[in-house]
Amino acid sequence: MSAVATVPVRRGVTPKVTRGLIGVAVLLILAESVSRLGIIPGNILPPMSRVLLDTAGLIVDPEFLHDVGSTLTAWAIGLGIAILVAVPLGLVLGSFRIAYEASSAVVEFMRPIPSVALIPLAILVFGQGTDMKIALVVYASLWPIFFNTVYGVRDVDPVAKETARTFRLSRVGILARVSLPYAAPLAATGVRISAAIALIVTISAELLAGSASGIGSYILRISSGGGDTSLVFAGTIVAGLLGMLINFVLVAIERKIFAWKKEGVA
Amino acid sequence: MLNIEHLTHTYGTGAKAHLALKDITFAVEPGELVSIVGPSGCGKTTLLRTMAGLMRPTGGDLTFLGNEITSVPEGLAMVFQDYRGSLFPWLSVESNVRFPLKRLGLSKADLDARVSESLVAVGLTGFEDRFPFQLSGGMQQRVAIARALAYRPKILLMDEPFASVDAQTREDLEDLVLSVKKKFNMTILFVTHDIDESVYLADRVVVLSKPPTFVVTTLDIPLSDNRDQIETKEDPEFIRLRGEVARLIRHPKSDDVTIPVADVA
Repeated sequence: MSAVATVPVRRGVTPKVTRGLIGVAVLLILAESVSRLGIIPGNILPPMSRVLLDTAGLIVDPEFLHDVGSTLTAWAIGLGIAILVAVPLGLVLGSFRIAYEASSAVVEFMRPIPSVALIPLAILVFGQGTDMKIALVVYASLWPIFFNTVYGVRDVDPVAKETARTFRLSRVGILARVSLPYAAPLAATGVRISAAIALIVTISAELLAGSASGIGSYILRISSGGGDTSLVFAGTIVAGLLGMLINFVLVAIERKIFAWKKEGVA
Repeated sequence: MLNIEHLTHTYGTGAKAHLALKDITFAVEPGELVSIVGPSGCGKTTLLRTMAGLMRPTGGDLTFLGNEITSVPEGLAMVFQDYRGSLFPWLSVESNVRFPLKRLGLSKADLDARVSESLVAVGLTGFEDRFPFQLSGGMQQRVAIARALAYRPKILLMDEPFASVDAQTREDLEDLVLSVKKKFNMTILFVTHDIDESVYLADRVVVLSKPPTFVVTTLDIPLSDNRDQIETKEDPEFIRLRGEVARLIRHPKSDDVTIPVADVA
């Protein structure tokens, strides 16, 4: 054996974050140079330093915060309704094969319809306001949560269900006390996927419908009539940051609640 | 207490019909530990599932406390071989033990007393807040046993409960079963494919044949109640009994044994 001890390389969280930040910094510097050197005109790609300043300004601008609030309200209500509908539905349809097969034709038809394609219909039915946004978010968010819940329920260990049966739990009792907690981690993953989709749909709807308020409406207002490109960028960046923040928070919650799931990784 | 008379079970129908259990008759009396032993694939699990009311056999009479078993009866608990699947991974040890008690409408004090008493009985005090994935296999099976005890069943069915743990742990758990039986005066039906285990634990051993399965014989085990992993297994009587069980499993003496086709050829 060689006497040389190899020092294990630790790939912790910190180096990963550092590398990520380096990537972002390089991109920003590149964009800044391209703009400053006039390779791309400033009215198309404003200098990143200005965009970042505008972003910082936006985050504390009460008018813009009102738009953020409007977007998040529609997002949260829509996602909440989707969870309340999709989880029980997935739980029941996932548990009873016959019910699932009966519903699958309808599901297979509805699922591929892109929610963005439904925006004109939603505007016709619900108008340009919050109701329209909520309706679209519900529709778009329903599927990932529903399918993940169905898969989760199908994954329930049959021995766990038999155990509950030997303790004389009713069918509903087994559904609520065994199948639901078993399926919860997968359903939560569905919620996280839907949360991202829901944000996209909300902002798209605001843009296309010309809603009175929302991040999408803000971007539309600023960009129309030869608006300030830097502010349009700033609005877009905030939308992106919001998506990241939501994902980060949901992942943290999942880790905390589903710590017991560790064994399942093996 | 538990009476099984001429139980038969056929899987499938028509040409694909497969007779798994041919004719099973035996009884379990209060306070007894009866073990069922037989070659692998002899339908032990099917038999236990019918007794637990988890499935209906195609023929025969099954009664528990005088009532026909049509679904899971009140007063019965089961410990499964697959403790990993049987424990609820999202619940702590204590919550797992508490799980079946919720619908019984006990007072809080009663509930707490039952949970802690059961955990003491299986030697798991101090592990209340752990989760199943943090415990060894043997400890997980202890949790499953504690959960069954807290339920205070009149009969405890155990389906090859120690088939997936190592030999040392297995001996400890066998002694745990004996101590629990004594402490709670529990009636236990213990299914195993391990001949030593069946003799060591039981007051009576029901020996099953290869499928289509029938009861080869029922043997009384006249060993003392104070059993010890080393001394009991050295006892000439134990050695004689385990030999007899082994012989019965290999060469069942019965007129209606169908000779396997392979042997004829």
